[in-house]
Amino acid sequence: MRREIPLLITAIVGIVFVIAYFIPHWPFGKMSGWFSDWFSIVQGCAIILGALNLMKLSLIKVMDRKEDWGYAAVIIVTFLIVVVSGAYEGEEFRNPGTSFDWLYQFVYIPLSATMFAILAFFVASASYRAFRARNFEATLLLIAAFFVMIGRVPVGYTLSSFMPEGWYLSDLASWVMNVPQAAGQRAIMIGIGLGIVSTSLRIILGLERSHIGGGD
Amino acid sequence: MDHVSVWLGAFLTLGILSFLYKDNPWYKLCEAIFVGASAGYWVIVLWWDNLVGKFYEGVGDDPALWVGMILGVLMLVRLIPKVGWISRWPLAFIVGATSGFWMMNYLGSNIIEQVGATIMPLLSTQVGAGFDAGVWMILSRLVVFVGTFTGLVYFFFSKEHKGAFGTTARVGIFFIMITFGASFGYTVMSRMSLLIGRIDFILGDWLGLIN
Amino acid sequence: MSTRAKELVALLAIVVLAVIAYIRKVGGAGPIEFSSTMSVVVICLIALSLLWILVLTIKGRLIGRRVVFIYVGVAVSLPLFMSLTQKVSPSPEVIQLYDAITELPEGSKVLISFDYDPPSAPELQPMAESIIRLCMQRDLKVIMMGLWPQGPQQANLAVEKVFEDTAITNKGLKYGVDYVNLGFQTGNEFVIQRMGSSFESMFSTDYEGTPYQELPLVRNVKNFSNIDYSVNLSAGFPGTVEWVQVAVDRYGVQLGAGNTAVQAPQMYVYLDAGQLKGLVGGMSGASEFEDLAEYHGKGTKYMLSQSFAHVVVIAFILIGNVAFFLGGRKSALKGQEP
Repeated sequence: MRREIPLLITAIVGIVFVIAYFIPHWPFGKMSGWFSDWFSIVQGCAIILGALNLMKLSLIKVMDRKEDWGYAAVIIVTFLIVVVSGAYEGEEFRNPGTSFDWLYQFVYIPLSATMFAILAFFVASASYRAFRARNFEATLLLIAAFFVMIGRVPVGYTLSSFMPEGWYLSDLASWVMNVPQAAGQRAIMIGIGLGIVSTSLRIILGLERSHIGGGD
Repeated sequence: MDHVSVWLGAFLTLGILSFLYKDNPWYKLCEAIFVGASAGYWVIVLWWDNLVGKFYEGVGDDPALWVGMILGVLMLVRLIPKVGWISRWPLAFIVGATSGFWMMNYLGSNIIEQVGATIMPLLSTQVGAGFDAGVWMILSRLVVFVGTFTGLVYFFFSKEHKGAFGTTARVGIFFIMITFGASFGYTVMSRMSLLIGRIDFILGDWLGLIN
Repeated sequence: MSTRAKELVALLAIVVLAVIAYIRKVGGAGPIEFSSTMSVVVICLIALSLLWILVLTIKGRLIGRRVVFIYVGVAVSLPLFMSLTQKVSPSPEVIQLYDAITELPEGSKVLISFDYDPPSAPELQPMAESIIRLCMQRDLKVIMMGLWPQGPQQANLAVEKVFEDTAITNKGLKYGVDYVNLGFQTGNEFVIQRMGSSFESMFSTDYEGTPYQELPLVRNVKNFSNIDYSVNLSAGFPGTVEWVQVAVDRYGVQLGAGNTAVQAPQMYVYLDAGQLKGLVGGMSGASEFEDLAEYHGKGTKYMLSQSFAHVVVIAFILIGNVAFFLGGRKSALKGQEP
């Protein structure tokens, strides 16, 4: 029963959503509404599970004085500060002027934005050191990248302003994006779509059971 | 923006950027703060929006929400090894809901619509180009058709890529390489945009050197 | 002096310079701006240094990664001081979105979904400001919402920025009548599905807690059939893909999209299939839209830095490949750290 009940739950929920696509009226519309609300609630509990797990691992690191235990302590302290401030502010926690909003604006955003922004440096460095036109395919990739990078910024128009209208670098970049790039992207999208549909069908029919784990 | 806020933002921004020189305690401190703050942020958002906003405030009108809360609590039971197996039930629910919803969405939007959009412009004047289409438009539609078809042939690994099939797959690779090149170009654009945003904060909001 | 001591001295120098600049700012000193001549001189110096790097690379001496980082930093920072202007050439997909909005009759309802957070704001916030401004200029009604928690806040910031324009303020637009912010709702793509039957079931109050029925703009808006055009500003999941799959393909919504540059290439497929009616991709798309809407915001301001950064990346790729072909493949593949 430890495996059968989860398989039954997966099948029922999946089938309801599939039928609701064709028959959005009662009872399938109502049931899919319930399921989507339950999904949100389970999502909330899942993040709490993740956070508790993070705290457990960090606490073990601190108590056992493992390497870099000081940073684990920082993780715990920061987490508690953010959670306490968010709990204290109540439902209006994200309103401007609250302590939670201050932490979000001046702690979370600078860190998050800079983490993504730092990739710009590594992209440039990797391009210089590793991006080589070793064969025809790599050359094609490079040429497409050139057209897009130079055509999508105003300097591309400036450099090609002597060309006849419709042949500026920006026009060529547009054509690359709308025609060959879209074709390749569509092939990838259809392939991924077929994979998702077949895997979803296998999951709903109980042929794919990896999500319920092994053993007992 | 007051002095403490802007200096704190600058301290954290430069701490992350210091990784460009080398891994150092300043970067590690900022990274640890980021991990803790991210976890805390999402716990609070999902607590107030999902658990309080959806469940606590909605359960009076819709007692069926109790099922969702029971499933959520069963998820937390994962932390207790002896009864952790019960957490498979909410996981099965999540997987089933995602599978059912995504299956129809991807079938409709990402497969049927896309196949139609590839073939129909070649066959119908009601879709894409009319009879007044120029040579360039007709060529472009043919290129899209050839690119999509050959790209799909490339991804068919059940048959060996030899002979005419292999040549078709090779043409498909060319289109996929163009796609990856364009994606690379846009990724560079995106990362640079984010970096410009941070530099604008450093030079403008913090140091007041730019407008 | 040991390496550690040098590092500490460098750090101290940075702190001292930062304090001086900050005191200068607090003291009321204005921003620094290069003249056109100075800007051209700086550009020439950078170009010459890149040529020097090309020469070094051909000789087999690959420059260290930190030098590349410095060039990227310079390419992004220095243009912010320059006063050069560039001509922007709008692409067809941006023109399509612009036309879709300008062809709407007065009083049409435009739904804008803010599905991004502040880290993605450098790319998406300029789009949001120019789209809202255009809608308000043309007397269109704007309904804002978000599937990301910080989305509605970004919406409020965009509206505040738009209202700095006296031309918009003088129109006397009223909240709840001409524009409204419905706030954030958790549930990802399920929210879009439920909006297909009833907006009110998902947004029983607006962002500030006013009941749905007390808002004149939306009290008669039952579902998507009452919306004339939708725009989705997206940085990931949930975003444009979910809006296309649910709102467009199930409910026939007319949808335009603004995406971060990382996501934008995937959206061309939907654009080609007619599922999207207009696409603004990345900061360059934002600057193109600002150019069409005759509004010069941050999208336009940042484009010079964007141009420089792209040129520097392309230059480094070319330099590396020139070395690869001229300097012999084996030696070019070995990196030489300083």
